[in-house]
Amino acid sequence: MGSGFLSRGFRGRPRDPEEAARLPPGQYLTRDFPVLSAGPTPRSATARWDFVVAGAAEPTRRWTWDEFRALPSETITVDIHCVTKWSKLDTVWEGVSVDTLLDGVETSAQHLVAHCDGGYTTNVPLADVTGGKAWVAFAYGGEPLDPEHGGPARLLVPHLYFWKSAKWVRGLELVDPDRPGFWESLGYHNYGDPWREQRYAGD
Amino acid sequence: MTMRDDETRLDGNAAAGLLDEVFRFEMTTTRTVCAGCGTVAPVGALMRYGHEMGAILRCAGCDTAIIRVARTGDRYWLDLRGTVSLRIEDGAPAPGEPAG
Repeated sequence: MGSGFLSRGFRGRPRDPEEAARLPPGQYLTRDFPVLSAGPTPRSATARWDFVVAGAAEPTRRWTWDEFRALPSETITVDIHCVTKWSKLDTVWEGVSVDTLLDGVETSAQHLVAHCDGGYTTNVPLADVTGGKAWVAFAYGGEPLDPEHGGPARLLVPHLYFWKSAKWVRGLELVDPDRPGFWESLGYHNYGDPWREQRYAGD
Repeated sequence: MTMRDDETRLDGNAAAGLLDEVFRFEMTTTRTVCAGCGTVAPVGALMRYGHEMGAILRCAGCDTAIIRVARTGDRYWLDLRGTVSLRIEDGAPAPGEPAG
């Protein structure tokens, strides 16, 4: 397979022990921000953007871009870990907590599937996106999120491998039973904990 | 932020290496029929996306994922839901074999 970003300027184990302790097994640090996409980059105009919470959810919720941006948001500083082995420390995002989006929604489902422009999906346990663990992010490094990095908005679930932080997210579908997403149905781990190095199915 | 345009779109010939590891016949000339829009195209004319996680070959007409292939450790995973059929040319030289 391609190794198109091996030319990056910085790659390797950190010398700083504090930084090294933040690196999950098998990962290396990058200062860059590699882009991996499984399809063409959608260019969603925010005028036509909406965000939906649906599936086994009562009631169904929907926000326009302006309504979404009027929700309380937070600045989040987190380390991110890609299954292709790069990690990036202290990334700064701004986003709406998934707790806020699910506030008032009744469900018996234990899982959800994130749906994105372009058809990408990823599945996560509900417990992994609630309790202050996940956001729908609309800014990175103080700037609106670039389309190449998932703008106008992407899911941010930093404690799991970064393919779970789905770019161009448009909705959360509460499901029971669990339903594997795009990479989870092609040999990647269903859960994807970088600290347990859950890269592939069976790990 | 530093941007890298690693999603560079290539044609299906660029995925020949990974497909050749799975298939024992010539894949780039194998004909697909898009399950989304019916477009008929050889694998070599599909649009290839994805990098280290796997190869995604999409219809040039409607972006349907025709073939998805990933290598995870010592396993290959293959999803052919996006093509109605594969028409394989008999007698096409297999990868690495001399033609004729």
